[in-house]
Amino acid sequence: MPLDNVVFWVFAPISVASAIGMLLMRNAVHAALFLVVNLFTIAVMFLLLDAPFLFAVQIIVYAGAIMVLFLFVIMLLGVDRGDPTNEPLVGQRSIAVILAVGFVLEVTFALRAGIGFATKAPPGFDRVNLGGNTQALAKVLFRDYFFPFEVTSVLLIVAAVAAMVLAQRRAKAITQAEIEAHRDDFAHIRDAPAGGLEGGPHLDPEALR
Amino acid sequence: MRTPIAYFLVLSGVLFAIGSVGVLIRKNALLIFMSVELQLNAVNLALIAFSRMHADLTGQVLAFFSMVVAAAEVVVGLAIIVSVYRRRQTVNVDDARELRW
Repeated sequence: MPLDNVVFWVFAPISVASAIGMLLMRNAVHAALFLVVNLFTIAVMFLLLDAPFLFAVQIIVYAGAIMVLFLFVIMLLGVDRGDPTNEPLVGQRSIAVILAVGFVLEVTFALRAGIGFATKAPPGFDRVNLGGNTQALAKVLFRDYFFPFEVTSVLLIVAAVAAMVLAQRRAKAITQAEIEAHRDDFAHIRDAPAGGLEGGPHLDPEALR
Repeated sequence: MRTPIAYFLVLSGVLFAIGSVGVLIRKNALLIFMSVELQLNAVNLALIAFSRMHADLTGQVLAFFSMVVAAAEVVVGLAIIVSVYRRRQTVNVDDARELRW
């Protein structure tokens, strides 16, 4: 049995099992940890498919940055209550599972009819990846897809600004009418005689000299 | 590489189906969001498998763009979830069904 078959058959069941584990966990933190396992196994699949650059990006961006963001929000909101078990739509869960199984069967049959289960990847990917996968990818990215790449940077900046706008706590606006309404509350301070308020501690103007 | 490409595509389909079940049956907005991430990853896997099958790097570039857009989407989505939580003290999607201000 060739080595990459072994790696596939070790990691594919882990991938499916961790995805199902994420689905069934009541606790959001446990689900997030299962998702980390799943993202890591998908990264291994990228490596098997001769995409080492995307393997690294997957681990850094998904398993690193995005999952930290998820865990941060889970802990910020303190979401440790489980899902409520009531169903607003009767039979929604069972129908969802039936549809998912149907989808998997459909994909399987379509693949069997289309490319077949014996089709192996053609040799010669080394020629495409000449000089290394990262360099070859950079050539395609910066030669053929340069404009989309620049648009992506705009998208990231817009997303960062949007996150700040959405998540900030808004200060309550004070209207002119509220200022007028509260003006009389401070009238005794404004209209106090120059010697200070009666009854309270006050500064002796002579002491300041 | 001697693993047939179709195995990767079936794995991708299975993960996508599990992700869509998660979107359909979970009530917690954060868990729905994680399921969407799972679906995006499944599609990335399919893209890279097709890229390998056709010996063309365009699929990998597309998966790369998909990751960047997913990162932006996570940032905005989590900000929306935090904002909804501040307003309603819950992240249950059934409690936030009135589409109004």
